Amino acid sequence: MEVLSKGDIKTASHSPVLSKPLPAIYRWLGDRIFLTVAVTLGLSIIFLAGAMAWVLIDDGSMAFREFGIIGFLTGTTWDPGVNFTFGALPFIFGTVVTSVVALGLAFFPAVAVAIVIAEYAPRWLSKIIETLVHLIAAIPSVVVGIWGIFVFAPWMRETVYMPIYSWAAESHPSLLPILGNPIGYGMTTATIILALMIVPFTTALTRNAIHQVPKEQREAARALGATRWEVIRMAVLPYARGGILAGAILSLGRAVGETMAVAMLIGNKNTFPFSIMGPAATMPSVIINEFREAVGNLHLSSLMAIGLVLFVIAIIVNLIAAYITRKLSITGGQGI
Amino acid sequence: MNINVMFKKKKPKQEKISPGLQPQDPHRISKEISTNGSPLIRMEAKELTVKYGTVTGVRNISLPIYNEKVTALIGPSGCGKTTFLRALNRMHDLTPNATVTGEVLLDGNNIYVPRMNPVTIRRKVGMVFQKPTPFPTMSIYDNVVAGLKLVGIRNRALLSEVCERALRQAALWDEVKDRLGSPGGSISGGQQQRLSIARALAIEPEVILMDEPTSSLDPLSSSKIEDLINELKQKYAIVIVTHNMQQAARVSDNTGFFYVGDLVEFGPTDKLFTNPSHKRTEEYLTGKFG
Amino acid sequence: MKTLRQRNIRDYIMVSLLILSTVLVLTPLLIIIGYVVVNGIGAISMDFFTQELGSPARAMQGQPTGLIHTIIGTLVVDTIGVIIAIPIGVGAGIMLSEYPEHKLNPLLRVLNDTLNGMPAILKGLLAFALIVRPMGTFSGLAGGIALAFVMIPIIARATESALMTIPWSIREAGLAIGLPRWRVVLSTIVPAARIGLVTGFLIAFARAAGEAAPLMFTSFGNNYLPTHWTGMILGPVDTLPQRLYSLAISPYSEWHTMGWAAGIVLLVFVVALFAGAQLLTRKKAYNT
Repeated sequence: MEVLSKGDIKTASHSPVLSKPLPAIYRWLGDRIFLTVAVTLGLSIIFLAGAMAWVLIDDGSMAFREFGIIGFLTGTTWDPGVNFTFGALPFIFGTVVTSVVALGLAFFPAVAVAIVIAEYAPRWLSKIIETLVHLIAAIPSVVVGIWGIFVFAPWMRETVYMPIYSWAAESHPSLLPILGNPIGYGMTTATIILALMIVPFTTALTRNAIHQVPKEQREAARALGATRWEVIRMAVLPYARGGILAGAILSLGRAVGETMAVAMLIGNKNTFPFSIMGPAATMPSVIINEFREAVGNLHLSSLMAIGLVLFVIAIIVNLIAAYITRKLSITGGQGI
Repeated sequence: MNINVMFKKKKPKQEKISPGLQPQDPHRISKEISTNGSPLIRMEAKELTVKYGTVTGVRNISLPIYNEKVTALIGPSGCGKTTFLRALNRMHDLTPNATVTGEVLLDGNNIYVPRMNPVTIRRKVGMVFQKPTPFPTMSIYDNVVAGLKLVGIRNRALLSEVCERALRQAALWDEVKDRLGSPGGSISGGQQQRLSIARALAIEPEVILMDEPTSSLDPLSSSKIEDLINELKQKYAIVIVTHNMQQAARVSDNTGFFYVGDLVEFGPTDKLFTNPSHKRTEEYLTGKFG
Repeated sequence: MKTLRQRNIRDYIMVSLLILSTVLVLTPLLIIIGYVVVNGIGAISMDFFTQELGSPARAMQGQPTGLIHTIIGTLVVDTIGVIIAIPIGVGAGIMLSEYPEHKLNPLLRVLNDTLNGMPAILKGLLAFALIVRPMGTFSGLAGGIALAFVMIPIIARATESALMTIPWSIREAGLAIGLPRWRVVLSTIVPAARIGLVTGFLIAFARAAGEAAPLMFTSFGNNYLPTHWTGMILGPVDTLPQRLYSLAISPYSEWHTMGWAAGIVLLVFVVALFAGAQLLTRKKAYNT
């Protein structure tokens, strides 16, 4: 470029407007400003993620120092009133049990809905079901919660818990402690609601995964003389399994973090023993219930420490989902 | 004639290794006739029209498909070759809006009458697609026997037998015999395409439809597939859609030229290529359009 | 050997099971919506939109109460959240899609996804630690920021995918006529992707607008309208999701009724945002 003298450039341009040097903002300044702004805004997300980890670690450290990390995680007593002893195990247990069971309840129906949308329903119907599923996913957690409190929990008490309870009281009194107090608010109620709430999420992710399956795979199975269900079994589900599994894991993450509806329905009992029908608590529910009224730094710090546990679980869940997506997604096969 | 004559292993009890077919199957009898007479019409389209909604894909196609012959369908892209091919094993059934009118006879029976089940027809009329379509989560072995497992055949010895035979027929056996357990997607594109062919052969169809089977392959793999087609026509009726005129000339016995949804000309390949009776055909073959 | 008949029966059974599950899943969810609509409409009155809540005694004595302060508070807090979240989310989205060569890009993508996967309650805790504690008071500002934390990762991801739908060749065409990169992005890529961007904003907003968890210990809640408008930003503010929760768990049946009313208002608000997003997506589908 150096060989070109200024004169060469001038002769090359015919219009005097074009020969004017461009303003700095069009040469280098604009790009530099733009990149700086974009990177700064991007950095603020990186900062947020870092800040979240730091805040939870810093604020939770007092509880961890007091009880030890293992001691806090395995402690079964949560007593903010008298002894100021805090152990997170009941909440970890409550969270794990409710979300795993909820996923178990939700998974197959959710996948079924996705299959119906993607493979069976005529186009107009699958549009309707799909919009409905998205709509349901948009219902705020508190709105589900209010229905749970005033409609679902009383209904469960009258039609499910009470009959079971009176049956057990008469013939198998030894079951009573396992079944628990049939007040309507408790583990089972919360779990069912949780399952309902993650269905749309699981369905949407499964549907996306099924959508990725190339048309050719379906046709190949069909050309082998497969029936409609056999096409799904043989070509669609195996191909989409990575996405479906990752979706299930992400739904589990959703269930773990689900706060309001669970807090409204689980009955909020802070200590073991939990029972099937009786009240319990989860990590998010105890934070919601006690954080506003927390007295004393140790109590606050213990709640933050529970937040940290939740944070770590959420990270692990996301990492596993990312790993599954990468590991099980199909790259060969169509690789031409 | 016993179809196993071609293979090293002669099996006295042949119905055991050919589970897809009963000995009294009509096409087997017809095969015997065809060995000592003029070519037999295996399939025949009669005034076949396929529409997508209001758009016509192909109109009024009448075309015979001879046993033990290769029928090539050529023509510019978008002219209905593939549409026609897919009508031959009712692949349009699940395309929204697609309507098929006219008849397709398979061994004299119209496959479009209600009592004919598309699933059964597709087991007699196999198909190989443009892109290789191994099921990526299945092993090579499972891919080959996928069609047999569908009908509930679980006998391991029988499945291995069929797997080996199909892979040998598809000229893939020597290349994959040591890694039958590896995923179907782990082999090269050309091998994947032959695997797809082997999978179609395993269920012992009568007709094999091939939709541009070499268009996504390199020249070497393509020529292997072409050799394979020459081998396979000893036993099957083959219909191949191709963009490649040389390929049609090399592998086929009869050629149909399609142009904007019409079958312009159909006849023996050498005649069609050397002395076409329609101006359009000549223009296409000489590269005036395409 | 399975006969075709057996296979068809199996096919039939599977279809029935699938359809049954679909009905089984959709029915309770429609029931929820039905209950909220019926009870909510029954509970809504003129007072609901004109009066403040006040103490429980007010409701029990039959004096007029409503949630006007909550509705205003929600609008204020949501607006603060949107104002903060859109620039940050869009900026980060631009960095993700337009500067794939930047060395912080992979880290940003991972952390953005991580943040997106975090339970909303943790975003509330973060806003509590970053805003409420230094300010020494619960505030609408803190609530808005907590909601922004919910929206930012969603907007960033939506922006990225909206921009990525514009083919790379268009950027190269712009650069080839001598436009600088910022100009290409701002005057060709962003306008071309605008429907996707707005859809992303609406979805993020719909998600955040229904969240109560991040607001419980940031904007906290308030039974009254603040005496001065600055109280909406710098003092504790009522918001619909958080008020709905408080009403539902309160012991007063009058408040329960009001909870249903709050439920339908919140539901309509969120669903309207969501329907807007759906309509835009459809419009986009027609345009392309």
